[in-house]
Amino acid sequence: MLTIEDLRVELAGKTVLQHIDLEIKPGETHILFGPNGSGKTSLLMTIMGYQQYRVTHGKIVFKGVDITHAPIDERAKLGIGMSYQRPPTINGLKTRQMIEICAGGKVDVEGLAKSLNFESFLDRDVNAGFSGGEIKRSELLQLKAQNPDLMLFDEPESGVDIENMALIGKTIAALLQKNVPVEGAGPMVEYKKHRNKMGLIITHTGYILEYVSPDKGQVLFNGVMACTGNPNEIFKCIKDEGYEECVKCAI
Amino acid sequence: MRDIDEMKEKALKAVDKKAMFGEDIDLDEYDRAYVPHQYMAEEEICTLPDDVQQRLVMSGLDLSEKERGGTYFQKDTTVVHCHSMEQGIEVIPMKEALEKYDWVKDYFWKLVSVDQDKYTASAYLELHDGYVIRALPGSKSVYPIQACLYLDKEGLQQNVHNLIIAEEGSELHIITGCATAPHMKRGVHVGISEFFVKKNAKLSFTMIHNWAEDMMVRPRSVGRVEEGAVFINNYICMKPVRSIQMYPTTYLDGDNATAMFYSVIVGSPGSDFDVGGRIWLNKTGCRAEIIQRAISNGGRIMNRGHLIGKAPDIKAHLECRGLILKGGIIDSIPQLEGHVEGVDMSHEAAVGKIAQEEITYLMSRGLSADEATSTIVRGFLNIDIKGLPEQLRAEIDRAIEASKEAM
Repeated sequence: MLTIEDLRVELAGKTVLQHIDLEIKPGETHILFGPNGSGKTSLLMTIMGYQQYRVTHGKIVFKGVDITHAPIDERAKLGIGMSYQRPPTINGLKTRQMIEICAGGKVDVEGLAKSLNFESFLDRDVNAGFSGGEIKRSELLQLKAQNPDLMLFDEPESGVDIENMALIGKTIAALLQKNVPVEGAGPMVEYKKHRNKMGLIITHTGYILEYVSPDKGQVLFNGVMACTGNPNEIFKCIKDEGYEECVKCAI
Repeated sequence: MRDIDEMKEKALKAVDKKAMFGEDIDLDEYDRAYVPHQYMAEEEICTLPDDVQQRLVMSGLDLSEKERGGTYFQKDTTVVHCHSMEQGIEVIPMKEALEKYDWVKDYFWKLVSVDQDKYTASAYLELHDGYVIRALPGSKSVYPIQACLYLDKEGLQQNVHNLIIAEEGSELHIITGCATAPHMKRGVHVGISEFFVKKNAKLSFTMIHNWAEDMMVRPRSVGRVEEGAVFINNYICMKPVRSIQMYPTTYLDGDNATAMFYSVIVGSPGSDFDVGGRIWLNKTGCRAEIIQRAISNGGRIMNRGHLIGKAPDIKAHLECRGLILKGGIIDSIPQLEGHVEGVDMSHEAAVGKIAQEEITYLMSRGLSADEATSTIVRGFLNIDIKGLPEQLRAEIDRAIEASKEAM
């Protein structure tokens, strides 16, 4: 379980998030909505542990451990992983090696890559010259190898064409145990009990909602969690009325 | 005979001539006298002491020779092993070649001038030996030929002259390791190398330096590449050395000739590198690429690169990247010179540190900050050298890996 309590975060001396409360239970996936600059990425980076996002109030607890000030690698080892929107290029490091790093050792790289049609990129440098869609597939491949318990997705649909959207949507659903029954889990009701992966997804377009049925939706507005509720309803409201109108419901 | 007299006269005039770049060396402080060593049979090389073998392996030598087409091994001033197993590829000690074969004089000192500086003059006046490696027309080497220039005697100045000739349509791969004995500290290595890559031939020449902390090194090499031929020149030096200065030059003298220079340098404290590469693109359709990677751990690295486009439709690119990890200086001087319309020349140079963003990215995949840093450094030094046989590429990777572990 991830619990965030009354969090305030500063970036370069400026408050970017405040009064943030969030609880993601095992098996739950939350969607994070919000206009540009509302603090969505800041929240993900803070959960992942990026030090330029300075927590000045509140705390973050994951699996019962207070990780508010823990370094990034400790959080990764504890089971937090992230799919980045614009990850850096690492020259000379092959994607194949990166997958092994994520898995923490030997892993069936080819097999993993095949599921994302990514075999032909394995011997290319990580993210070097990748298109938007290729970056997303590379990120998901890394997450698949890492297999963390809490997955943070920063706009997994951005820059992805229609054809690849289905692949990406289905992969995320599988990562979050949304559609593939665990072996021997029996009927869906039983299966849900076994579901323990947690997800927090940032979306602008809402395409991801077609593939992943989330448990909760939240709207970040000016660094504050303005609204919580049924994600599909929230998305519809934003689409029809815009963010400004939508968050009025919370006031 | 007149030639020889003239050359001698030129050399004598240049014995005090300082090099254009690099610290001046007082050669009088070093010994150039002949050092006798016993010739070794193949199997004897494998019986050398472990620490010596280690030095040789780190310089790219395969002591078992299983994956080599031939070996030239010079210790101090003396050839201790020389033979070729490849059909159509000759490996001959320079002095022997000069005595036995008339054709050698058509190549000897034809590209490098004896009076370039005091080092070329000294190599002419007091030549110890060196190798002639020649691939006959159309021959293709399966395995690379290996050459080792080894220094064992403290305070020695080793003067070596090499000729590398890839005849028309041939393919030749050479890996040269230069190393000092484990006990050795101080000495000078002067190496003259002249490369002749003839029509449609392909030559790859990989040099790995593994010197001692007080070694002064002055290679002087020039290559000439004919029509449709390819010359790949790799240089790796990741070990401490007192001073290395070199500026290998290549002339692309035939249509569609190609030259590629790759270098990987790690500068340790007290090490001074002044290395460059100059490529003349003299004919239509020529291609040249210079790729340099430098890491400073407290040394001083001067990276020069000079591309000269003299004909239309040439393409040339220079890429120099430097990382300053633990102090030191990296000074990058890329130079492009276009002389006619229709040249396409570019360069990119960057000197900096490891991007924090890359470290944190890897940390979020579970690596510690230290592991992330070394992973990035390894990647930085991994240059994709095109056109090398897989086996030689693996050899270079191994040399880089071995040196990185010792870094």
